[in-house]
Amino acid sequence: MYVAVKGGERAIDNAHAWLAEERRGDTSVNELSVAQIREQLALAVNRVMAEGSLYDPDLAALAIKQARGDLIEAIFLIRAYRTTLPRFCGSNPIQTEGMKCDRRVSATFKDAPGGQVLGPTFDYTHRLLDFKLAADGEVAEAPIGNTTEGPTPHIMSFLDREELIQSEPIGEETPADLTRTPLELPASRALRLQSLTRADEGFILGMAYSTQRGYARNHAFVAELRIGAVVVEMNIPELGFSIEIGEITVTECETVNQFTGSKTEPPQFTRGYGLVFGMTERKAISMALVDRALRWKELGEDDLGAPAQDEEFVLYHSDNIQATGFLEHIKLPHYVDFQSELELIRKLRREAQTNIAQEAAQ
Amino acid sequence: MSDYNFAYLDEQTKRMIRRAILKGLAIPGYQVPFASREMPMPYGWGTGGVQVSAAVLTPDDTFKVIDQGADDTTNAVSIRRFFQKTAGIAVTEATADASVIQTRHRIPEQVLRSDQIIVYQVPIPEPLRFLEPSEVETRKMHSLEEYGLMHVKLYEDISQHGDIATAYAYPVKVEGRYVMDPSPIPKFDNPKLEMAGIQLFGAGREQRIYAIPPYTKVVSLDFEDYPFQPTKADHACDLCAATDSYLDELIVDDEGSRMFMCSDTDYCSTRRKQGHNGAQGVPYAEDAA
Repeated sequence: MYVAVKGGERAIDNAHAWLAEERRGDTSVNELSVAQIREQLALAVNRVMAEGSLYDPDLAALAIKQARGDLIEAIFLIRAYRTTLPRFCGSNPIQTEGMKCDRRVSATFKDAPGGQVLGPTFDYTHRLLDFKLAADGEVAEAPIGNTTEGPTPHIMSFLDREELIQSEPIGEETPADLTRTPLELPASRALRLQSLTRADEGFILGMAYSTQRGYARNHAFVAELRIGAVVVEMNIPELGFSIEIGEITVTECETVNQFTGSKTEPPQFTRGYGLVFGMTERKAISMALVDRALRWKELGEDDLGAPAQDEEFVLYHSDNIQATGFLEHIKLPHYVDFQSELELIRKLRREAQTNIAQEAAQ
Repeated sequence: MSDYNFAYLDEQTKRMIRRAILKGLAIPGYQVPFASREMPMPYGWGTGGVQVSAAVLTPDDTFKVIDQGADDTTNAVSIRRFFQKTAGIAVTEATADASVIQTRHRIPEQVLRSDQIIVYQVPIPEPLRFLEPSEVETRKMHSLEEYGLMHVKLYEDISQHGDIATAYAYPVKVEGRYVMDPSPIPKFDNPKLEMAGIQLFGAGREQRIYAIPPYTKVVSLDFEDYPFQPTKADHACDLCAATDSYLDELIVDDEGSRMFMCSDTDYCSTRRKQGHNGAQGVPYAEDAA
């Protein structure tokens, strides 16, 4: 005699309890604090803030702890939290020219006002495991240099002055909010950039890489990559002026790509743009390359059929929270659909076998 | 209960979803874009259905959740708990007692009444998606009522397999206009799509809501010489002996022996309570003990 399987509720409760225990790991090892994650796994925190679309290092660190270091899971926690937050109003656009740069490099000019500032980069480290870190994490203090005061001009502005680069007029309209209106295509560039900045780093990296390897190739020079803190200001209508409400760290990448132009218009370089929360340089460069590839129509280029040129393909598949949810849902029961396919294939096989038998008999 | 707004979503968001629902009801079968929110459960796990349920639930409602026809599948349990926690509403496993039913992959066997709402979780709302991957193109095809591609696909099925090779998510035409994906219900359930209840479909990840108003004409696509046939396993339920319900097939031993039981757990247990007993069932009271 068969008694139907029951007990979904208890299984869920027990699974959650086990998960909590696994998250903590061996209790003879000290527990990680949220502050430790925030300070010492800062790049993970940055990625979670960028793809979670919420600038809050403490919450991002908490999410990483809760997610056992699974960054996509952490991003998911942040996104789900973010949707519950009320919106009072929008800030003014940040002015990256006024950034306090921790890092600022240009691959197009050997030197320029503001200088080349390497900053805290992995770039020229030799990737050798540092076994000293396994013993203790004490570090000698880094030497302190002089900082330059005042704004750091964008490298692009020098090209712009000579009209060597296509000008990017300031848009009048406030772009739609991707998280408040359904995505409809074709999307404006502003909307595409919104989507790219919260897109999965791995996906955008792969897309950008594909353009470098010839799928809609358009060689990009990194005119400028800058990372640092910018102030966020808000207009207070009652006051009639704007006030600073905080400071965020962002990474901005501007690329110079090959020309547009025609017989009547002199050629100009074109732009790709990346702007991402936190110190997220791989993502910002990738974003700039994908942005450029997606601009083919507006710049009068040919559709080469490359994945990175296909706005619908890129925008619909770049969100890791959407992707991971749908991918993982195939773990859920599908007994009913599978049963209907079982019946169908049995029926089709029966019919085919009957036909074969009939033909053999003739 | 003060941590969340009633049914989790804020009132602004609910209003936005209700507008989409009303538009969907006004244009049966048309996919209405809506600004789907990130929910605290993953996309693909019923976020569309959850948002629609959150928008229609009132404190007086009685809520039922099924997945594969069953109330006790893990994800159904999870969604039911979510609304118990965030809306504090009454829940039930009895189809007849529910005012709102959220479902994944089934329509209950018991006929729904005009005072009931059924909310379907939809993974891919676009019936033409696997024929044409571009959303821009498929929206154009719907607006031009250009459904030739679908008929060609069904025809190709017949020429290759001798039959229409779609067993679930079988496409329907709603009120003579829009071709619609009824969500991955088995085609056995398709005839039930003409019902007294309000049917709402929510696709969270794909940001679409659509609807079938009560008593709307819903026709499963077919050909005159290959008429649509709702099918189920050719057995009776081994627990309640029902011959009219959709059956799950279970492998019960190492030799691969099979048994069949109703996928609709409420339907099955109600019948057993009434004294129906299948080939492998024990009388209801005995089982409960």
